[in-house]
Amino acid sequence: MFFTYLRRELRRRRKAALVVASGLALGIALVIVVTSVSSGMGKAQDKVLQSLYGLGTDMTVTKAASPTASASDRPRFQFDAQDDDSDAEQSTDRVMVQGFQTLSTATVTKVGKQGGVSDAVGGLSLQVLKVDGQFTRGQFQQNDNAGGGGQQGGGAGGNGGGNGQPQGEVQGGGANFDVNSYSVYGTDVTEPALGPLTSSTITSGRTFKTTENNGKVAVLDSAYAKEKSLKVGSTLTISKVKFSVIGIATADSGDAAANVYLPLTQAQTLSDSKDKVTTIYVKATDSQKIDSVKSTIQKNVSGTTVTTSADLADTVSGSLSTASSLATNVGKWLSIAVLIAAFLVAGLLTSSAVSRRVREFGTLKALGWKSGRVTRQVVGEAMVNGLLGGALGIALGLGGAYVVTAISPTLQAQLGGGGGGGGQGGPGGGGGGFGGPGRQAAAKTLDVALTAPVSVTTVAVAVGLAVAGGLIAGAFGGWRASRLRPADALRRVE
Amino acid sequence: MYELRGVTKRYSRGKETVHALAGVDLTIPDGDRLVIQGPTGGGKSTLLQMIGALDRPSEGEIVLDGVDLAKLSEARLTKVRSENIGFVFQSFNLIPTLNAQENVETALVPLGVKVKERRERAAEALRSVGLGERLGHLPSEMSGGQQQRVAIARALVKQPKVLLADEPTGNLDESMRDEIMDVLHTMWKEHGLTFIMVTHDSSIAKKAPRVATIRKGKITVKENAASA
Ligand SMILES: Nc1ncnc2c1ncn2[C@@H]1O[C@H](COP(=O)(O)OP(=O)(O)OP(=O)(O)O)[C@@H](O)[C@H]1O
Ligand SMILES: [Mg+2]
Repeated sequence: MFFTYLRRELRRRRKAALVVASGLALGIALVIVVTSVSSGMGKAQDKVLQSLYGLGTDMTVTKAASPTASASDRPRFQFDAQDDDSDAEQSTDRVMVQGFQTLSTATVTKVGKQGGVSDAVGGLSLQVLKVDGQFTRGQFQQNDNAGGGGQQGGGAGGNGGGNGQPQGEVQGGGANFDVNSYSVYGTDVTEPALGPLTSSTITSGRTFKTTENNGKVAVLDSAYAKEKSLKVGSTLTISKVKFSVIGIATADSGDAAANVYLPLTQAQTLSDSKDKVTTIYVKATDSQKIDSVKSTIQKNVSGTTVTTSADLADTVSGSLSTASSLATNVGKWLSIAVLIAAFLVAGLLTSSAVSRRVREFGTLKALGWKSGRVTRQVVGEAMVNGLLGGALGIALGLGGAYVVTAISPTLQAQLGGGGGGGGQGGPGGGGGGFGGPGRQAAAKTLDVALTAPVSVTTVAVAVGLAVAGGLIAGAFGGWRASRLRPADALRRVE
Repeated sequence: MYELRGVTKRYSRGKETVHALAGVDLTIPDGDRLVIQGPTGGGKSTLLQMIGALDRPSEGEIVLDGVDLAKLSEARLTKVRSENIGFVFQSFNLIPTLNAQENVETALVPLGVKVKERRERAAEALRSVGLGERLGHLPSEMSGGQQQRVAIARALVKQPKVLLADEPTGNLDESMRDEIMDVLHTMWKEHGLTFIMVTHDSSIAKKAPRVATIRKGKITVKENAASA
């Protein structure tokens, strides 16, 4: 009789059941969407940090920033003006250490010996400014006020369209120049497990061998290779040194740490900074003890700045962090509030449904139905309503999460200054002129697509909530039903 | 066989106390047909509740076949109701979402009768009140008279000793009223029931062998020699 009665009730009082169920559904759907979006935010943030650090790095060590940036540090180019009738191309590369702050390789060893450090690897970030073209006596003009006809950067390797690289042209007097800037990262090939290259996947060719510490080989970022039409087997010339391209790496996050990767020793030679590194990548033995390792290094290795991924995460700003805090704070409280409201409404509706059926339940008791049997019937109905609401809510929530993932709104993450110029990001806002990138403006903007992955745990929680909702509603109604007297069967009022 | 001795029932609403029954003594032999009359608010329904084990008196004894209902626990009263007492109500009190057969089956649920037997007995009970063709109908699809017949079938399907009816014709028009009274009369005769009925209808009361009148919680019983 239990199931017959239950089925009949639910079928013939469909509307009442739907009201209770949809209230619960709304709350459950909200929980699913908020949870999924939050985890999507977390993933986006991880992605941003990973693109900076590479996998497995717990913190970086850089030289503490010194306030002086003397003008003499800036790169200078010297060309001899050619005779007006000469056609010869002139080209010159300036290779600079990014941020102009270096640590010695001895520091790498020292950091590696600190307590709690599992591994420490040095890397050298360079910025190369390439100027090539023809130069006869003339004047330099910035792009923005160059005349229409003069805009012919073509011939010499194409304009560096991507990454906001500074460009300018010298014209008049027969000058026609391209200025090109790209970043080079010198990686310790003996330690392939740490450093920025770990967040890229080799999509063509191969990566460095551990024996290639002094090889004239290069791995290119796929975006840069495409832009410059370089392939595995191509030759790349930096400061008159020829490197053969052995591999193309695609950044997992779509945002590479550098345009060109070279063996560390080669990078040091190019930039005339023997035994120097810009950044030390540190892996801790225990990811729970990162903070204590940080203070150990800071105490024992003077003149350095230690940046953990948590520090870095704090500097992430922009719409990503706004949305992320919105999801974790507002979203969380909103879904809790809606859930509580939904539970209460479900409970009150069930209870009032029992009130409307006083005579019905009184009659059953008068017929000899035990109080428990009547209560069970009421709780059963409420449970079905709860599960119905759960199913509806899970469908709605999955739909919502799917829509978020399908639209995948783009969020921007700005990685703020901090950290003593430790970022090995793309070149910052270098002016159009020959000055090139001066001291790096460390801010970096990344676009991250937001997804809302729904985990099995989230669905399990939703099912749990549905059961809880049904039980709460059932408790309200069941309590009410258990208190009815059999004599209520004789009540006249409906 | 009922023996009521000094039965009182008080209802207190705040400070006010209503004496619905004020010392009722009454003996109802097995197979009796008793009609209870009286002005509204006199305590008729209250008395029926006491006899029907729906509620316990404030004071006094209600002895049914040697057992004092006043002293039984709620669970035991429930058992007494499920086995011995059939109810027919003024407003039928059918479960609106269950069909005729299922409504009748609800009376057999507490007795633990197996599904198949339950169905058969419910169908049989409905046939005996002339509703053999209406097993699958919902209450809302039946006339008042038909609904009350379903209620009578529900009251009798478990073959109780006692049939209690509180104004069973109160919600029915003239023609239906006679029809229902005929059904009840037939059932009383066929099943050898003790039949106690509350009614406002004096024409029904006139035909009854014994009429009890309740006024302000006090009872007077009159034997009606003229009737059969
Ligand atoms: N549950 C209750 N709580 C409080 N007072 C009650 C309750 N039930 C009945 N009463 C009171 O007890 C008295 C007797 O009521 P009862 O229902 O027995 O009268 P009745 O004779 O059946 O009247 P009617 O002919 O109108 O059905 C009335 O004054 C009524 O208000
Ligand atoms: Mg009454």
